This record gives sequence, C-alpha cells and structure tokens, in this order.
Amino acid sequence: MALALALPDESLIEALTPALRIQGLRKAFGARTILDGLDLEVEPGTAVALIGANGAGKSTLLRMLVRLIEPDAGQMTLLGEAVTELAPGPLRTFRRRVGIVFQRHNLVGRLSALSNVLHGVQARKSGPRTWLQALAPAADRAEALACLAEVGLADRALQRADSLSGGQSQRVAIARMLMQRPEFILADEPDASLDPRSGEEIMDLLYRLAKDKGLTLIVISHRLEHTIRYSDRIVGLADGRITLDRPSRQADPRHLRQFFTGRDHEE
Amino acid sequence: MSLPSPAVAVPRWDRPNALTFILTVLALAFLVWSFSNVGLSWERMQRGFPALGSILDRMFPPDLERLPQILRSLLITFQMALVGCVLGLILAFPLAILAADGLSPHPVIKQLARGLIAFFRTVPDLVWALLFVIAVGLGPAAGVMAIMVDKIGFAGRFFAEAMEEVDKGPQEALAAIGATRSGLIFSAVVPQALPSFIATSLFSLEKAVRGSVILGLVGAGGIGVELKVAFDLFDYDTAATIIIAVFLLVVLVEQVSNRVRKRLL
Ligand SMILES: Nc1ncnc2c1ncn2[C@@H]1O[C@H](COP(=O)(O)OP(=O)(O)O)[C@@H](O)[C@H]1O
Ligand SMILES: [Mg+2]
Repeated sequence: MALALALPDESLIEALTPALRIQGLRKAFGARTILDGLDLEVEPGTAVALIGANGAGKSTLLRMLVRLIEPDAGQMTLLGEAVTELAPGPLRTFRRRVGIVFQRHNLVGRLSALSNVLHGVQARKSGPRTWLQALAPAADRAEALACLAEVGLADRALQRADSLSGGQSQRVAIARMLMQRPEFILADEPDASLDPRSGEEIMDLLYRLAKDKGLTLIVISHRLEHTIRYSDRIVGLADGRITLDRPSRQADPRHLRQFFTGRDHEE
Repeated sequence: MSLPSPAVAVPRWDRPNALTFILTVLALAFLVWSFSNVGLSWERMQRGFPALGSILDRMFPPDLERLPQILRSLLITFQMALVGCVLGLILAFPLAILAADGLSPHPVIKQLARGLIAFFRTVPDLVWALLFVIAVGLGPAAGVMAIMVDKIGFAGRFFAEAMEEVDKGPQEALAAIGATRSGLIFSAVVPQALPSFIATSLFSLEKAVRGSVILGLVGAGGIGVELKVAFDLFDYDTAATIIIAVFLLVVLVEQVSNRVRKRLL
C-alpha cells in the first residue's frame, strides 16, 4: 500500500511523458538536405498543425515517424517506443498503433464502405473474417459500423465506396483508421483533394475525434484558416528545422503566411 | 501568308540499309518456297472442291439415328471441359499470385511461376492430351487433365496481369497498418481484379468447350471420339449430326457466357 502511494499515478506518468520526442533528426535526398537536426516534443492529447512551404519536408517528416522513410540520423520516441531502433517485427507491431490519413483515401472502390472500414481490423487480426463485412464476426461488424457512425456515414454502410463523394470517401478512410484503434494520428493533407467546404469538415472531424478520444494528432494542411481553427498548436517547418511554434489561439495569420508560399492555396 | 518554298528535294522512300534489304529478300524467298512446299496447287484445288462437295452431299440429310448416343457424348464433352476448366482456374489463381509483380514472395519464385505458366500456355492442348492419354489411359480423365493444364497457362497469365494492374493505393494503406500478405491480396487486390477474373474465367470455359471436341480425336474422351469413328467409317451423315450438335453446344455456351458477363460486369 505504501509503495503504491509512493508511486505516481499511471495516468500522471502518461501525461508527463511526451507522446512524441524528436531529437536531431536529419534527412537528405542526395545532396539536398531536407531535415537538418530537427527537434520537436508533443504532449499527449495535443492536436499539432504542421505547416511549411511546398517541399519543406512535412510529408517526409510525417512518414519518417513510422519509418515509411528512414532517417539518416537522430532519435525519435513515439508512444514510448524508440522508433529508430525497432527491428522489422516490432516495427510492424508499432505501426498498428499509429493511424495514418493520406491525401488519397485509398479505398477499394468495388467494396462497400463497411468492408473498407472493417479492413482496419487487420492491424490486429488476420484471416478471411477480416476481408469482407459479410464474413466478419458480429463484434467486428458492430465496431466497424460504430466507426462509420462516428464519421457520420452509418447510413451509407452498404454503399459501394466508388459511389461516394470525395469527402465521404475520406470519412470512410478515417473510419477505417479508427477501426485500427490508433493511439496516435498522422494526417498528411487529408483535405487536399477536396473542395474547401468538405475539406473543412474533414479537418473538423479529425480534430473532434482526437479531442473526444484524447489522441495525439499531427496534421498537415495547406489551408491557413483551417490550420488555425482545428489545432491546439502550430509548428512551422523551414530550412529543415522547426522555426515557429506557438499555440493556435495566439497564431497571427500574417506571421503564418510565409509558411504557405510556393503553393496556390484557396482560403 | 505564303507557303514556304521547298528548298530541297525530299526522297519518297528511306533508302534501305543492306541488312534490311537482304532480310526482306530472304523472307520473300522463304514465302515462295513455303507455297511450293505445302503442295497447294491449282489442279489439286480443282479436284478438292468437288470432292468436298460430294462429302457435303453425302452428309445431308444428317442421320439422327445415333442422336441419343451423340447427345450423351456431347454432355460428357461439356462436363470434361467444365471440370478441366474449373480445376485449371483454381490452380491458376495461386500460381498467378506467385507470378505477379508486387505479390510474389521472392523474385526467384516469381520467375519459376512465370516460366511454368508460359510452358503450360505454349505447349498446345492437343499435345497435353496425347501425353495424358498415355499417362492415364483413354477417356475423359485425360481430356480433363489436358484442359486443366492448358487453362492454368491461359488464366494464370491473365490473372497475374489483372492483379498487377489494380490501383496500388489500398494495398499500401493496409501494408502501412501491418496487414499480412494474404490480407492485402484478398481485401485489396482480388476485389479490384474480380471483373477481370470473371471475364477470363468465362473466356476459358468457352475455349475449353471448343478445345474439348478436338481432344476426343486423340482418344481423350467425349464427342471427338464419335466424330473420328464416323469419319473412319465414311459415315458422313452421322458426322453431320455430330458437327451440328457441337456447333449448337459452342453457340449455346457462348450465349450463356455473354449473358453472365453482362450481368456481372
Ligand atoms: N524519395 C525521394 N527522393 C528524392 N527526393 C524526395 C523524395 N521524397 C521527397 N523528396 C523531396 O524532398 C522535399 C520535401 O518533400 P516533402 O516532404 O514531400 O515536402 P512537403 O510535404 O513539405 O511539401 C521535396 O523537395 C521533394 O522533392
Ligand atoms: Mg507533402
């Protein structure tokens, strides 16, 4: 009992440990340095917007967090794992804990929305019962349907994915990511191929989901207003380092604008 | 605005280089030699067409006396084609996965699978039939195996191509969350390739039905045996019945296959 009292509460430890810590991260493609000793810490449950000019290395950084791209040097700790040191087996297990939303939704068009969402369960299981909603165990079907409901598409469950609009498809992709039961969300321009309104809805949805579930979120968007509105903290990448870091509430669009150059963005 | 005046004369033809010229002459010479070598002559054709006419004459009216036996053989022929085709398609699928870019577990395995598919495809089904007649004896079983091997070669190639051509995005999304290879194949690749699989399968069946008639000629069972016997006995009016029955079967299978294709795709 005394021992238990002496130890800090588990949730307290979690709150004190950063969800993400990057130290001295470097990456060059050929002679071109993209990341030049980048440092960054993110507290659990924070929604971080990552901004930077076109080609600044935002996507590279995001992919590197799950080692879809290998860093040249530096340390990354994500969800308590030393990402850079993971062997292939543990890396796979680690990737399952990180949900990724890409610009392209990557759904299987000929399958129903529900089957596409069910595929997210393959982060935890394998076998024929993860291939199609019709074959899935009742519990997985119910969970997939609940994930669809969270993105507001429960009524489209049996509709073929290729009959959905761009915004709806991206929602299904987000539902599939939720089915994975992620502990951390990475989103690389999830709104890029959508009209401004659907794009804003997607940004709003991701932000709300992260807040509701207490997940940490790193999102890249090229729309200045959305970036400010749907994040807690804004981090700017330039010249391979973080050169801007402030709470979204205090962000001044005039200072941010320089990070959106080199791209014809709508606002 | 005036047309530019031509400053130089432009040749009508490219001047052939020596090698092209020699190869062209050799090819033409070979063609002429081929004509003389196959013994096709005007005189022979003059004799042949009336002979064909007299055979046709003796074919009509077709003799329906052996119709029940013919229909039974026709059914066996169709069943032989069906079973051979289904077995071939079932075996073609895993082989196609091993042969497909991006799905094959190892480059060496990929090359082996591709080699096997190409070998099955390039050796004609009649040769397979001759081999299997020796191996398993006369009868439909030999035909089934010949059709099976032929269809592995045919469908294996098209299945692999269909799987290589699908959008890679869904596969990558699943790979990123740690899905297994079978998960990728059955959730992301197969659903996208399905229309192509169905088209290939139906076409395989049509091909198998047409091919199965010939296989009987070398003793691999079915209606081909009846046809050979009828010709050997100069029983041309029975042969006519058989040919018409085969024709109707092939047309029927193609019609049904077209219907199915339209409904499913
Ligand atoms: N695999 C690669 N090989 C070579 N250069 C690359 C590769 N991936 C990205 N780059 C380059 O790195 C830079 C950063 O790319 P990226 O991270 O996609 O930028 P952002 O997402 O900020 O627009 C770009 O100049 C891009 O051309
Ligand atoms: Mg990018």
